[in-house]
Amino acid sequence: MSPRPVDTTRRPGLSMEAAVQRRARMAEEMRLAKMVRKLVTPEGAAIRLKLANASERAGAFMIDIAIQWAIVIATLFGLNFMANALSPGSSNIAFAFWLVFFFFVRNFYYIFFEIGQRAATPGKRILGLRVAARDGGRLTANSVLARNFIREIEIGLPFQFALMGGDRYGAWMALFGLVWSGVFLLFPIFNKDKMRVGDLIAGTWVIKTPKARLMDDITSSASRPDAASRFAFTQAQAEAYGIHELHVLEDVLRQSTPEIKSQVAARIRAKIDWAPIVGETDLAFLEAYYAALRRRLEQRMLFGERKADKFDVR
Amino acid sequence: MSDLLKSYRFREERQSDWQKLDLILTKAENGGVKNLSDEQMLALPRLYRQAVSSLSVARSISLDQNVVTYLESLCTRSYFFVYGARTTLGERMMHFLRNDWPVAVSQSLWTTLLSALFFFGGWALAFFLCLQDMDWFWTFHGHNFLDGRNPDASVEFLKSTIYMDPNDTGDGELAAFSSFLFNNNAQIALFAFALGFAFGIPTAWLLVYNGVMIGSMYAVFWDKGLGYEFTGWLMIHGVTELSAIVLAGAAGFVIGGAVAFPGGRTRLASARVAGQKAATMAMGCVVMLILAAILEGFGRQLINSDIVRYLIAGGTLVFWLVYFYVPRKAPGA
Repeated sequence: MSPRPVDTTRRPGLSMEAAVQRRARMAEEMRLAKMVRKLVTPEGAAIRLKLANASERAGAFMIDIAIQWAIVIATLFGLNFMANALSPGSSNIAFAFWLVFFFFVRNFYYIFFEIGQRAATPGKRILGLRVAARDGGRLTANSVLARNFIREIEIGLPFQFALMGGDRYGAWMALFGLVWSGVFLLFPIFNKDKMRVGDLIAGTWVIKTPKARLMDDITSSASRPDAASRFAFTQAQAEAYGIHELHVLEDVLRQSTPEIKSQVAARIRAKIDWAPIVGETDLAFLEAYYAALRRRLEQRMLFGERKADKFDVR
Repeated sequence: MSDLLKSYRFREERQSDWQKLDLILTKAENGGVKNLSDEQMLALPRLYRQAVSSLSVARSISLDQNVVTYLESLCTRSYFFVYGARTTLGERMMHFLRNDWPVAVSQSLWTTLLSALFFFGGWALAFFLCLQDMDWFWTFHGHNFLDGRNPDASVEFLKSTIYMDPNDTGDGELAAFSSFLFNNNAQIALFAFALGFAFGIPTAWLLVYNGVMIGSMYAVFWDKGLGYEFTGWLMIHGVTELSAIVLAGAAGFVIGGAVAFPGGRTRLASARVAGQKAATMAMGCVVMLILAAILEGFGRQLINSDIVRYLIAGGTLVFWLVYFYVPRKAPGA
């Protein structure tokens, strides 16, 4: 999945349309590769961290804002109710408490969650994101404080300017302020690490840590002796595709509908000139072909040849 | 069985350990470290190292996307767990109070002085301008200033704002007002910190502006011969509150200076180092403002003697100076 240079030279058997598709695919891979940062652990292994993109960050923020407002409004009603029930005059005290509480929810909601073990607010958790130190070290409490106190100029300032209005002179001032503070708000879009100003100051970034599930190996059912002996692919047949197609086939086998599976099976059969054996199902054929293709490609990989896709002829 | 794929056998031999690690991580993520048994804690480093080495082998021999993705995710999660923070919130707070905060403040002496210069400069400017010509007061505050404390007010009225009748608690109105002030001040302090990023210029403006507001008010009372009384009223909590504002401004300048003049470091690295220090100071300002609000809400309303007010003001000043600037032993020394 490492980025390859986009190759525009025509390869044998590559139609115009396929060439365009291939180019688009490689460009997409390049784009995704730009969001990956290598972290070398003290054990010397490289872990690839994927940065969260701007829309995921914004989504997490929306969720968090919604939660914050829910907390603030719920406590306002709760306190109001309690104050009225206790004694009619104590609503001022209740309001005093609520104001302080409001300040803490506004400023310490993020800090409270990000200082914890998971380094993520509920919004980030839902979207599978977390905060991490840019140098790969420990995320310190001071960093968490720094990145969240800065939020005041990223969100608070544009918001205040947007609400500011007034006469002609004041409106121009507000517009100028909005543009100026908009720079802070839109900062994450304009740098390659997708950092907010707060991330920049705190030395952090936000990465994706989705939970993945370990599924059964597809070849475990395909390499049962009966299946393996029934499907005997020739070397040429097992070399018809490359790694990209193998991964697409893996996705098809793991998650698509029977109709798609049978379409894919039909296309592969046509491509490799496969004469169906009596009683073979589409699923059994695909699993067997997946196993054969993967065996062949993994063998070649051991010799240092990565056949990237079906157009990759060496 | 020679018929199995190498990558499949590789996975088959190790997957139970991966899943063990997965289980430990899930448990720790959901309930913290204390949920783990001793056995699991001991197994963790071994399982982690194994997963990391599995990942690098899998990348070079396996084309099973699911296995590689799973291992990537597993290793990332366990890396952050193994090398993550292990201290509790309480320990961090103690460390902040005993070490981080005073050290950050005492290291930023020059920016603190700069910040104080802007704040008290604004104060002095407004004070002397107003004493010469009270029209300046209206320039600074505008004519729709709600509070009655302006140059047209009588001495008696001004005096009445300084001393409270302890029996008249106003049904918690004062508590509401002082929490409103806390909210406002704390937000200004955080603003002063955050605005430091724009090379500290807006921070300077914010400091001067707040200095002017207080300085002109001070002139009104001074003009009516209430300077001594007003100082007591202001300083009982003002020592803490104004120090907090000055320190918040200093935190802003720490960042602004680091971004504008990174010195030998890259701008990014310089901002990072400064940001950590400045954030500690800003956090400290919030703590100071809470204390100031308590002093304001209770002390000022209950204590009407000028002498006691001055004593408390002096006491807090000495306390903060000692706390921030008297050198202490390094932790653990």
